[in-house]
Amino acid sequence: MTLLWIPLLSLLGSIISSMTGKLSRNQSTTLSLIMPIIALFMCVNMAPAVFAGEEIRETISWLPLLGINIAFRLDGLALLFVFMILAIGILVIFYARYYLSKNDSMPKLYSYLMLFMTAMLGIVMSNNVIQLWFFWELTSISSFLLISYWWYKSEARKGALMALTITGGGGLALLAGLLILGNIVGSYNLDIILASKEVIQASQWYEVSLILILLGAFTKSAQFPFHFWLPHAMAAPTPVSAYLHSATMVKAGIFLLARFYPVLAGTDLWFFIVSITGLTTLLFGAYVALFKHDLKGLLAYSTISHLGLITLLFGLNTDLATVAAIFHIINHATFKASLFMATGIIDHETGTRDMRKINGMWKFMPYTATLAMVAAASMAGVPLLNGFLSKEMFFAETLHQQLLGSLSWVIPVLATVAAAFSVAYSARFIHDVFFNGDPIDLPKQPHEPPRYMRVPIEILVALCLIVGIFPNFVVDDILVSASHAVLGGYVPEFKVALWHGFNLPLLMSAFAVMGGILIYTQRRYLFLFQASLPTVNAKKSFDNAIYVLIKWSQQKINAIENGSLQRYLMLMFLVVLLAAGWPLFEMNKLVGAKELTPIGLHNALGAALLMIGAISTVIWYRTRMVSLLMISVVGLMVSVAFTRFSAPDLALTQLTVEVVTIVLLMLALFFLPQHSPRESSSMRILRDLGISSALGIVIGSICYAIITRPFESISDFFVANSKTGGGGTNVVNVILVDFRGFDTLGEICVLGIAALGIYKLLGNLPLFMPGSDSEGRPWAKERYPVLLASISQSLLPLALLVSFYIFLRGHNLPGGGFIAGLITAIAFILQYIAHGSNWIAVRLTINYRKIIGSGLAIALFTGIGSWFFDKPFMTTWFDYFDIPFIGEIELASALLFDLGVYITVVGATLMILASLGELTANTPKEEVNI
Amino acid sequence: MELLYAACVGLLVFCGVFLILRSRTFPVVLGLTMLSYAVNLFLFASGRLSLNSAVILGESTKYADPLPQAFVLTAIVIGFAMTAFVVILSIRGRADLGNDHVNGHVPENIKKGRV
Repeated sequence: MTLLWIPLLSLLGSIISSMTGKLSRNQSTTLSLIMPIIALFMCVNMAPAVFAGEEIRETISWLPLLGINIAFRLDGLALLFVFMILAIGILVIFYARYYLSKNDSMPKLYSYLMLFMTAMLGIVMSNNVIQLWFFWELTSISSFLLISYWWYKSEARKGALMALTITGGGGLALLAGLLILGNIVGSYNLDIILASKEVIQASQWYEVSLILILLGAFTKSAQFPFHFWLPHAMAAPTPVSAYLHSATMVKAGIFLLARFYPVLAGTDLWFFIVSITGLTTLLFGAYVALFKHDLKGLLAYSTISHLGLITLLFGLNTDLATVAAIFHIINHATFKASLFMATGIIDHETGTRDMRKINGMWKFMPYTATLAMVAAASMAGVPLLNGFLSKEMFFAETLHQQLLGSLSWVIPVLATVAAAFSVAYSARFIHDVFFNGDPIDLPKQPHEPPRYMRVPIEILVALCLIVGIFPNFVVDDILVSASHAVLGGYVPEFKVALWHGFNLPLLMSAFAVMGGILIYTQRRYLFLFQASLPTVNAKKSFDNAIYVLIKWSQQKINAIENGSLQRYLMLMFLVVLLAAGWPLFEMNKLVGAKELTPIGLHNALGAALLMIGAISTVIWYRTRMVSLLMISVVGLMVSVAFTRFSAPDLALTQLTVEVVTIVLLMLALFFLPQHSPRESSSMRILRDLGISSALGIVIGSICYAIITRPFESISDFFVANSKTGGGGTNVVNVILVDFRGFDTLGEICVLGIAALGIYKLLGNLPLFMPGSDSEGRPWAKERYPVLLASISQSLLPLALLVSFYIFLRGHNLPGGGFIAGLITAIAFILQYIAHGSNWIAVRLTINYRKIIGSGLAIALFTGIGSWFFDKPFMTTWFDYFDIPFIGEIELASALLFDLGVYITVVGATLMILASLGELTANTPKEEVNI
Repeated sequence: MELLYAACVGLLVFCGVFLILRSRTFPVVLGLTMLSYAVNLFLFASGRLSLNSAVILGESTKYADPLPQAFVLTAIVIGFAMTAFVVILSIRGRADLGNDHVNGHVPENIKKGRV
């Protein structure tokens, strides 16, 4: 379980630090540091095993059927990244303590930072590609939160949005790529994917998957042409830039290249795309960095350039290049993070980051200046520093590739040019900031920062020196084990050393240094040339692109979604018509093999009544009362049909529902116009007649085709087991409350939800109450007819008795909770109709919401009850008891469940009708027109 | 008999769809009710039609298919809940919008009295 704890601890740290708002800044920092430090120790503990070649794995089964498990693994590559993420994270947290001003919320920054840390740890340790993608998106989200930390600044919000759009879009491409990859291999497990190189590269989907995955990697690692979000992300607080935008998040794309190197690399397509992209980014970033006046802007473009360098190394097609790439990942993280922190100090102490103003800082902060100069020298690739070593390896590898055929010599030349620019901007960073005369118009008087603010930089710069001078002692182990993981088990012989003798790479370094200094001294001409070029404003173009996209989609949406329900319905019916009608054309014969039964007089009569009712409803649909009466005929005939075709339960249900529905519709008619105006054009009527008759024909034909075909049913099981397994002879009821009781539980929940929805819809209703009927006749003075009142009152106990009887016998004879509930509800509704709700309210105070709730609770707890007998949810129980005077009776837990159904149905039905009916009771009649 | 049954289902679908395509809420509600009759009859018929064979054990020699019956029974009740919800929604819609047109507003040409 130790592996799982590493991201968990960091997540825990995020939660803890979010709660430190009341504590002092030192306490908050200390508490926040605890969890990552523990995680780092655990990691150090596991390191020897990993160095020895072991791969630690942990898997928790989650959705095994979909191949989605929570799976972690720690190999050399993952370990390297975990070290970087945790160690630099700890330094950044410590640094941020001094960087943030008193007005900035420290818990907010810390909890976001550690959320991000969790996400990064998740990416590098995932052993399941879907899980990897999940953490990948989590880094995009947490980076969005971190960039927009100073949310009140417009540039922070815009930068955050831009970063989220680009990296999030890339994340979607990555997901698609990973899904394709998983589909090719047949598993989302990384171990299996990494072992399936031949299968993947032989697949026709390889190119698509490769390009999609590379899109994800390149957007995240700010490769040209997706680089532009990174400079805008510099609106984040500097600790965030140091952590996310130099050391970790932008390396996630590089990590992805390294992770999938064993299976995706090796083809021409990979090397072509990766090397060209890397080379372009390397040159472009190095060139642009020179012209940035903003310190962080310079560092951002330098980061882009160095990321391009690493990408290029992965595209160089040699094993040693891969080793160099991994080495440069470590080196870049150390010198760039320390440079960002130094920039933070300068910004903090001078109040600006503009290099045209910041000059001569050597006099004010010599100590910080020394640290920054060492780090910048490492960035430039000066000997004795770690940046030099990996740059030498890079130069050596550019000489060994054959990517461009006879033009391959161009790559080392361009690499030297890029390195020269890198020297030039490093020189500018050192010379402009720390020397070059006196500061101009600084908002603050600069001085050395607080003592401890420098500690993280000291540690990182010390690392630059130690790695630079004694590389073998420090990085050999981790470099070998990480390369082992990337190259798939084979590590080439290599020797990281300060001195390789006089050779071509050394010459290239010398050229680069001299060229860089030349460029810097002659920079005035370059700046003039650059100023004469047309400027490209990335933010503006991005905003425009987004605007055009949104406008375009809005137009398309408006074209489809014009707000007309009639149109949506028409389109929907047309789709149904096509989907349901198409198979009929492919069928040879509509009528099936089943023996047909003769029509008979009763059936013909019933069908005729139903048809007359239905057609009359349509003919008189504008006179609403008439059509309501006609549709009730149809409903009655439907329940007669159920009786006829051996479904007594259905007939009873249909009959009672019919009563309730008609009462409800009549009540509704009171609030709605009595007539529909004539407004459909003849063309519209013709069109609708066409659609509806076509649908009628298709559905009727399908129905005919079904019922004339013999069939096998699973129902024999229910018939055979109803009595022995469920203890009842009414199979339909036993299915409802026993075999498929879980369905029924869901259905009464729907009923309850609908009733609650209606209750809310009727709240605060600006009521429209007609003072007379549609012909202008006033309503009858006698609101509640005496005859109905007295009869209904005497009917109530009888009706309740009937419903009780129907309920009890339901298990064995037609009846049950649904029907009994509806009968009870109708008995009460009759009281409402006869007396009005005020009369009821005095005599009966019922909260229908509570009734629905208790009904659902009874049903649910009956189901849960079976857990106490170690049975699965909703297992029923029944037995027979001999009770004196009454005789043998059967008691079943299903009866209790049916009681829950009964109560819910009563509550829901009454709530629907009573809440609507109540509206008519109290409101004074007023003349209100539409 | 099967043909007649299927014809009834087809007719109910026809009437229901035609009413649903109308422009005012009340006919639409009626149409939904009608369509749910049709759907219930259709589903019920998937267990085939049989006379005098209610699924009460011991009452007859052959039994109809109980499973579609159980499904249709709950479908009837839920259909009622949905109808009720749509009815109340149309009342609310009329109260809030001042008209009972399904699109939420009466088209201009109809307001002016032109058809």
